[in-house]
Amino acid sequence: MKATPILSVEGLSKRFGGVHALEQVSFELFPGEVLALAGDNGAGKSTLIKAISGVYRPDDGRILYKGEPVAFDNPRQARDLGIETIYQDLALADNLDIGANVFLGREPLRRLFGLLPALDRKRMRQEALQAIETLDIEIKRLDVPVRTLSGGQRQAVAIGRAIYWKAEILIMDEPTAALGVPEQRKVRALVEGLKEQKVGVIFISHNLGDIFAVADRILVLRRGIMAGIRRTADTDADEIVKLMVGG
Amino acid sequence: MTTLEASSPLAARQAVVVRWLAVAWSWLFLALLLVFFEVWARAAYDTSFLLNRFNIQSITLFAVAPLLLALGQTLVIISGGIDLSVGFTMGLAAVICARLMQWLDPALGPELSLVIGILAAFAVALIPGLTNGYLIAWLGVPAFIGTLGMYGIARGTGFLAAGGTTVPVRNEYLAFLGNDRILGIPVPVIITILVVLLMHYVLSQSRFGQYTYAIGGNREAAIRAGINVKRHTMAIYVIAALCAAMSGVLYTARFSAGAAQAGEPLLLDAIAAVVIGGASLFGGSGTIIGTVIGALIIAVIQYGLVFINVEPFWQFVAVGVVIIISVLVDQSRSRLTGAHQEDR
Ligand SMILES: Nc1ncnc2c1ncn2[C@@H]1O[C@H](COP(=O)(O)OP(=O)(O)OP(=O)(O)O)[C@@H](O)[C@H]1O
Ligand SMILES: [Mg+2]
Repeated sequence: MKATPILSVEGLSKRFGGVHALEQVSFELFPGEVLALAGDNGAGKSTLIKAISGVYRPDDGRILYKGEPVAFDNPRQARDLGIETIYQDLALADNLDIGANVFLGREPLRRLFGLLPALDRKRMRQEALQAIETLDIEIKRLDVPVRTLSGGQRQAVAIGRAIYWKAEILIMDEPTAALGVPEQRKVRALVEGLKEQKVGVIFISHNLGDIFAVADRILVLRRGIMAGIRRTADTDADEIVKLMVGG
Repeated sequence: MTTLEASSPLAARQAVVVRWLAVAWSWLFLALLLVFFEVWARAAYDTSFLLNRFNIQSITLFAVAPLLLALGQTLVIISGGIDLSVGFTMGLAAVICARLMQWLDPALGPELSLVIGILAAFAVALIPGLTNGYLIAWLGVPAFIGTLGMYGIARGTGFLAAGGTTVPVRNEYLAFLGNDRILGIPVPVIITILVVLLMHYVLSQSRFGQYTYAIGGNREAAIRAGINVKRHTMAIYVIAALCAAMSGVLYTARFSAGAAQAGEPLLLDAIAAVVIGGASLFGGSGTIIGTVIGALIIAVIQYGLVFINVEPFWQFVAVGVVIIISVLVDQSRSRLTGAHQEDR
C-alpha cells in the first residue's frame, strides 16, 4: 500500500551566482513521516527548506503539495496552505507573550464597548495554551514575555503556533541546536507527537542521535546534490557520515 | 505529562516584581515630586502647590508641546527607531501654519484661513514623515542618521519659510485654540488629552500597536509573520511627524506666532519623557501612559524648581539625573527578567 505524498519535490535547483546551492534534488514526504536532512556545513540544507517554504524561488524543478504544483512568492503563501517553518532562530518576538506570538500577524479582535475593535488577548492566551497543551507541555505563566521561557518552552511555543494554524507540513531548521540534553529530549518527544497527528515533518540536524531517534528517513546532501536517501531502519551512522563527506 | 517550569519559580516571581516596579517607579517618583513641592510650598510660602489651579494649568500647558512630540516618539522608539527631526518638523509646521493664515486672512476671512493653515501644517509635516519612513524602511538608512539629516533639512527650510524671524498671526479662533479654557481646562490640554487617548488605544488595543511592539522585539519575526514591516515603519514615522505638526499648530495658537525654533529645546525632553516612561531605546517596550507620566515628571521638575526659586539651570541637572535613573531601572529590569541587551 502506498499513500499519496503530501509533498513531492522534483529536480529542485537553486543557484546563487556561481554557487550551485542545490542541484536536482528530488524526494517525497508522507503524512506522519519524519524526514531528516543531513549534510555538512554549506551542503544546501537551509537552502532546500527555504525553497520549499517560499523564502527562495527555485531556479529549476517543481514542488507538488498534495499532488498540486505550487509556487510561492513569499513565506506567507506557504503558511496559508499549511506549510509552517520554524527557523533556526525561532522567529519569536521575545518581548511579547505566548498568545501574541502564536497569533502574530493573525490576531483575533473583539469589540470594545461593543464598538471599537480591540485585540482579544484573553482568547489568544487561552487558545495558545490549548495548542501547547496538546504537545504535553505545561506552561505556568502565560502573561510573561517569551524571553523569560527556557529554550525548550520557546521551541514548544513555535511548534504550538504551527499546530494551532493547522500545519500539515512542519519544517524545522536545527530545532535542538541551542538546547541542553534534557530539552533536546523534550523536542524529540514533541516531534513524536506531531507524527501521531499525521503532520509531515522535515527537520535539519547535525546531531545523528536526534536523527536516528526520530527520523523515518534520512536525506543526505553533499555540496548541493543528493548524496542519498535512506530509511533509518536500513542504515547506520557510519553510512550516513560516509554519504555526508563523500567517498 | 512533561512539565516545563518557567526558568525557576523564584526567578519568575522576581521578574514579576521587577516588571511591576519598572512600571510603578515613575508613578511613585511623580508622586514624590509633588509631595516635595507641596511640603516646600507650605513651609516656605504658606500656600499649596497642588491645590492651586494656576499651578496645575501651568504645568499641564507646559507639558503639552513636549508630550505631543513624545507620543509619536513612543511609537518610533518601541519599533526600535528614533526620530531626531520632530522638533524642527514642529517648527516648520508652526511657521507654515502662521504664514498661510496671515497671508490668506484678508482674502478668505478668519475661519477658512484657519482651517487651511492647520491643514497645511499637517500636510507639510507629511514630507519629513514620509521621507524618514522611506529612508529607514526601504533604503535601510539607520534611523539616527536618516532623521538627523531631516533635522537639518526641516531646520533650514523652517527658518527660510519664516524669513529668519518669527511669523506673527492674528486670528480670533486661533487665539481660542491656544489660550481659552473649557470648564477651566486649557484648550491645548484638552486637545492633547484626546490625542493621548487615541494613541493609547492604537498602541495597546489595535493590531497596529501589536505590530509596532513585534517589529521592535524581532523585526525578522514580524516579517515572517506576514506583517508588512516597511509600510508599518513608514506609518510610524508619519504619525511622529503628524504629532509634531499638532504641537506646532498649538504653539502658533498659543503665542500667535510661528517660529522655526519652536521645537528645538523640546526634542530631548520628548525623548527623555519616553525613556522615563519605561521605553527601552533598544525597542520592543514602552507605553503611552508611561510617556505621559514621563512628560509630567519633566514638567513638574521644570515648573516646580522655578516655583521654589531655584536657579533655572538646575532644571537641566535634575532632568538629566532622572533620565539616568530611568535607564538604570530599565537595565536592572532586563537583567532580572533574563534578557540581555544583545539578544533583543
Ligand atoms: N543568500 C545566499 N546568497 C549566496 N549564497 C548563499 C546564500 N544562501 C546560501 N548560500 C550558499 O549556498 C550554499 C548552501 O548553503 P546553506 O545555507 O543551504 O547550507 P546548510 O546546509 O544549511 O549549512 P549549515 O549546516 O552551515 O547551516 C553555501 O555555499 C552558501 O554559502
Ligand atoms: Mg543552515
